[in-house]
Amino acid sequence: MRPPLQRLRNILDFALASLSRRKGRNLSLLGVYTLVVFILASLIFFVQALKGEARALLAQAPDMVVQRMVAGRHDPIDLGRAQAIEEMRGVSGVRPRLWGYYYDPIYGGNLTVMAVEDAELPNDALWVGQGVARNLRVKQGDMITLRAYDGLPMLFTVQKVLSDASELISADLVLMSQSNVRALFAMREGTATDLAVDVGNARELPTIAAKIVERFPDARPILKSEILRTYEAVFDWRGGLMVVVLASAILSFVIFAWDKATGLSAEERREIGILKSIGWESGDILLLKTWEGAVVSLTAFLAGTLLAYVHVFFFSASLFDHALRGWSILFPRYRLAPSVDAYQLVILFVLTVLPYTVATLVPSWRAAMVDPDTAMRS
Amino acid sequence: MTAIELTQVFKTYEAGLATPYTAVDGVSLTVPGQRLTVLKGPSGSGKTTLLTLLGCMARPTSGRIHLHGVPAGILPALNQGDTLEVTSLPERFLTAVRRRNFGFVFQHFNLIRGVSVLENVCLPTYPTGEDPRVVEGRAEALLKDLGLGRHLRASVDRLSGGEAQRVAIARALISDPPVIVADEPTAHLDSHLSEGFMELLGHFKTLGKTVIVASHDPIVCHGALVDRVIELRDGRVVEGA
Repeated sequence: MRPPLQRLRNILDFALASLSRRKGRNLSLLGVYTLVVFILASLIFFVQALKGEARALLAQAPDMVVQRMVAGRHDPIDLGRAQAIEEMRGVSGVRPRLWGYYYDPIYGGNLTVMAVEDAELPNDALWVGQGVARNLRVKQGDMITLRAYDGLPMLFTVQKVLSDASELISADLVLMSQSNVRALFAMREGTATDLAVDVGNARELPTIAAKIVERFPDARPILKSEILRTYEAVFDWRGGLMVVVLASAILSFVIFAWDKATGLSAEERREIGILKSIGWESGDILLLKTWEGAVVSLTAFLAGTLLAYVHVFFFSASLFDHALRGWSILFPRYRLAPSVDAYQLVILFVLTVLPYTVATLVPSWRAAMVDPDTAMRS
Repeated sequence: MTAIELTQVFKTYEAGLATPYTAVDGVSLTVPGQRLTVLKGPSGSGKTTLLTLLGCMARPTSGRIHLHGVPAGILPALNQGDTLEVTSLPERFLTAVRRRNFGFVFQHFNLIRGVSVLENVCLPTYPTGEDPRVVEGRAEALLKDLGLGRHLRASVDRLSGGEAQRVAIARALISDPPVIVADEPTAHLDSHLSEGFMELLGHFKTLGKTVIVASHDPIVCHGALVDRVIELRDGRVVEGA
């Protein structure tokens, strides 16, 4: 090995030996450091993965949803409008959708009830999502009673429990025939909850939305990109909120790490004096301290990131998914698809590893600047 | 053979402040090569300060220090036997001169605690990029010569005073420097061990090394192997220059 490389290696070996000599101090620092990286990396991975899920799910969503507004509130829309919108240039299809929320007083949660036209779904049956089945404790073949708008009970057979692959969106979903949805919610014939509009060219969406509003001033077109943006904003906001909640813990760590990193013990100062007196240059001392800082911070970064990956993608971020996911009662159970944003990892690296490494250098540089003869007098 | 020449050397601490203290006061002397020289004097006479100046550990406030007959390769463009003026060298070069030219034995041994005997001895060579296997071989041979073959992997914390001093001596010799500098080396040794240490210094002299010792121990100052005693008082040479 060439001398410059051998020098790096020799000093790295001594840095590792120095760290192991101060086990208690360094292990406690490493533990807290790893915990902070773990929390921050978990937040980043989780928010990123949720956004990825939202993007994947919305890929199947209609390009635009058109609602009717009355006094600033969402109101059923006439089916006659579907025909008018479908005739507009650029629109490739319009599907009226019939859906609503059903509040279950026993569990205190909302179910999303939606009409589906499927030959396999008889009029007295329904399909439920995994979350509904779990919370209502029903399985295929069981009976469910829902209370209609007028208080009368409606009895259904659970014909199918939806697959867990779609649980993120189907957890609270109840699918039934159109006539049953109308009967449950007293929705008039000839109306729908909203209209799902598909267009041939996505770049024409704003123009078509403007045309719809021009034609029907009480309509509100909602673009897929707007829904995605809202989801991302919500997840970012929740992630930010968590950071604020954890800020005190992070701040405590920063103070702790700063104190440990910037304060050299009398023993460390003595060692620096000895090393200088036996022929180490100030640059060698700084290299030694850089290695020590880099080993601690890199180990903490790698361990924290790895633990966060396992926590989020193997255990579905069980430590704080309730705070971030935001369902009221029917929490979906699912495993997030691994999604790692290299840019955010680099930011995390820069914010955790670099400050600590640099912080360790300042006091070492000061100590390394003393004349080596101080060792003669120690 | 390396000889050291000091010309009108002053060392003042806190110069320019309210209470400046001159530890070395206009000393001019020559330390001969391949000889055992003792700096003698009471506490506060300036022995240790003078030793740090002779060993290139500190720069004088004023005056000149020349190394005569330096070994080859100590600095680029220097040949065997050249003279080097060290007082104006930048820290990097001064460190290189100190590393290759001097081996130090400190009063309190100054070993790194928690580290093995072998590693303590090898420490001065780490920044040179020398192959650690070669250095370890040399260190093992030195430690065996000094009777510490059984303690190679032991932590220095477990050693007795005499053993710790021998580790410090092995460390001073690891780069085979031409000059050995020792500050109060017998301060923590009993008479028997002190006499053994003086024999060791005599052995270094026979190997062609220049040995400089600061001490007020009679066993050192009146040792039969000592070639020259320089007496200091209040930072000045009173005898032996």
